[in-house]
Amino acid sequence: MEVNSHTDTQNYQLDEPLAPKRTRFEEFWRLFRQNRLAIAGLVFFILFFVVAIIGLALTSGNDPFIDPALVRLQEKLRPPLAQPNLEMLQPHEMPPLGLYVFGTDDLGRDVFARMLQGSWVSLTVGFVAVGIAIIIGIFLGGIAGYYGQRHIRVNQLISGGFVAAGVLFMVFNFLWVGVLLLILSSVCMVLSFLTKKSANAKTKPAWARLWYFNTLSIDTLVMRFVDIMLCFPSFFLILTVVALLPASIYNIMIIIGLTSWMGTTRFVRAEFLSLREQDFVAAARALGLEDFRIIFRHMMPNAVAPVLVSATIGIATAILTEAGLSFLGFGVPPPHATWGNILSDGKRFIFDAPWLTFVPGIAILIVVLSFNLFGEGLRDVMNPKLRERN
Amino acid sequence: MGNNENKLLSVENLKVYFRSDDEVARAVDGVSFDVRREETVCLVGESGCGKTVTALSVMGLVPIPPGEIADGRVLFRDQNLLDYNDTEMQAIRGNQIAMVFQEPLTSLNPVFTIEDQIGEAISTHEDLPESEVTRRCVQLLKDVGIASPAERLSDYPHQLSGGQRQRVMIAMALACSPDLIIADEPTTALDVTVQAQILRLLDAIQKQRSMSVLYITHDLGVVSKVADRVGVMYAGIIAEHGKRQDIFENSKHPYTQALLASLPNREKRGQRLYSIPGTVPNPAYKPGGCPFHPRCQHAIQACHEQYPEMCDYGDGHHARCPVLFDSGKVA
Repeated sequence: MEVNSHTDTQNYQLDEPLAPKRTRFEEFWRLFRQNRLAIAGLVFFILFFVVAIIGLALTSGNDPFIDPALVRLQEKLRPPLAQPNLEMLQPHEMPPLGLYVFGTDDLGRDVFARMLQGSWVSLTVGFVAVGIAIIIGIFLGGIAGYYGQRHIRVNQLISGGFVAAGVLFMVFNFLWVGVLLLILSSVCMVLSFLTKKSANAKTKPAWARLWYFNTLSIDTLVMRFVDIMLCFPSFFLILTVVALLPASIYNIMIIIGLTSWMGTTRFVRAEFLSLREQDFVAAARALGLEDFRIIFRHMMPNAVAPVLVSATIGIATAILTEAGLSFLGFGVPPPHATWGNILSDGKRFIFDAPWLTFVPGIAILIVVLSFNLFGEGLRDVMNPKLRERN
Repeated sequence: MGNNENKLLSVENLKVYFRSDDEVARAVDGVSFDVRREETVCLVGESGCGKTVTALSVMGLVPIPPGEIADGRVLFRDQNLLDYNDTEMQAIRGNQIAMVFQEPLTSLNPVFTIEDQIGEAISTHEDLPESEVTRRCVQLLKDVGIASPAERLSDYPHQLSGGQRQRVMIAMALACSPDLIIADEPTTALDVTVQAQILRLLDAIQKQRSMSVLYITHDLGVVSKVADRVGVMYAGIIAEHGKRQDIFENSKHPYTQALLASLPNREKRGQRLYSIPGTVPNPAYKPGGCPFHPRCQHAIQACHEQYPEMCDYGDGHHARCPVLFDSGKVA
């Protein structure tokens, strides 16, 4: 495959590429196409995305095209694909498609309309929550993996503690105490900066040695925090927080995100511990790159494969968590529909009206499955070494 | 020694120690050498003698901790690099001093194309438009003798052979036209024909761009081809340094002599090859006095006790062995 390099002088003229050059995206797509399950996942993923956006457009506003909150008590618990009873409905109560595609619930609301409205919630919950989790996870995991062996010194601990305490005091309305603590912390920082300039390991006085005494390693700090977070059963942690905060879609997204980053952190740290010793990291440092560029541009793409898979599974889990919260009545407040609270409302009628549980249940199943398949396909394409086999 | 203006890099009494819980490994223990402009200096020695640590400390890449620069200066254009902070060092690395690593197979990032990696080497230190960066990449690949460079740009490292990858590494090192290239055993992982090509390439590039090269190797065959001057390292010290001819034809240190004696050559055909008795000392438990004395056939009582002085044979030829120096004087 390779042209032998000792003929290089003749080949200098060959500036025109010999093979048709593909862009990176074309290359990705060519490989991705070969994985049928991943394609199926992608198709459902796109379908879901389109449905969610159309659903948002059709069901929101003052005069929505399909009103998910419209109560028709005379038409309650109609099965899927049932024709509306024309004599009993006002003109504005007619379902726009002329039939109840997924039936109606116990209040006679159109389940199809409610599913459309809920799909947007599920989509955003999945993406925002996992987005938050991934960002925190990659950042903390990267720091722990790359800087793991470095220690936090006493001076950093003290100034950091002052900053944290100061911000806390200010948040809880003790403005002056907070400002005082912040000033103290900046004094500490200035002091560290001044002593650092003159610090020579052997000539340092005793107080300066104490000032620079190593305490925890960064790895210990981050990973023990992960352990602490993992100690709490996350669902109950979420329940507690939801009970304290006003229930809204956004709070739930943020809370799910803030309680699901630990797995990503562990993945990224583990990958970084092995990547850090690789020669290309040393080579990147020898090129004079900054640490953050090495961490986030050079090492991260090598560590991202397991993260990506856990992210797609995480989207699925977030949708399920939201559904679970709504099912328990802690989720998105009614009357806004989500797949979870449709499921939860339907459970009372599972023998009389099984479609109320099956429709959202199967929708969640399909979406979660398609995310997982898509994620695995993406992982294979992203890894250039796996590509070699094709 | 040559005049001062000619010196590009000057390492003075460098000591690099690695501390673990209960022992101190003195990996580099008082190394001094110079690299002049447009000169190739080889550091040669067995595995674990401190060659690579010396190179890494010039680049400021010794992991601290467990490493520790205990003493010495690394003067690059009369500036002590050991005083530089991270930011200042980053401006030097890759831009004025570049490094070529031992393993071309793993020194390239597997997830980026060749263009990305060479381009990054350029744009880290120079602010250029993208098209200009691409043009420079192609030119660099041409310079290091890669066939159809424009096509190779979008390749990933795994699509290249070992020799091509090392050429790419050299192209990355050349990206900002550094004054000094540190080549840490650049040919060890390659087969002999490719090795010869890479050596010739480095030589040609050095002449063309008038750079200095600090060449780290354990291969005396390579040294005899490329070096202007040679430093022979043993157990963290420089045992002998001088011009190539001085080292190969008129060596004054028992270690160098033993190394040369253990090389196969035509006259020794059919004979058993000489090998130096014993093994390299553990850097944490070096023998007192001259570190080579347990394996040295010239060793006298003083070698067990006294750290040997550097003896001057004139014309930049020094050897750290007073025993041979004195006997030579008498004779």
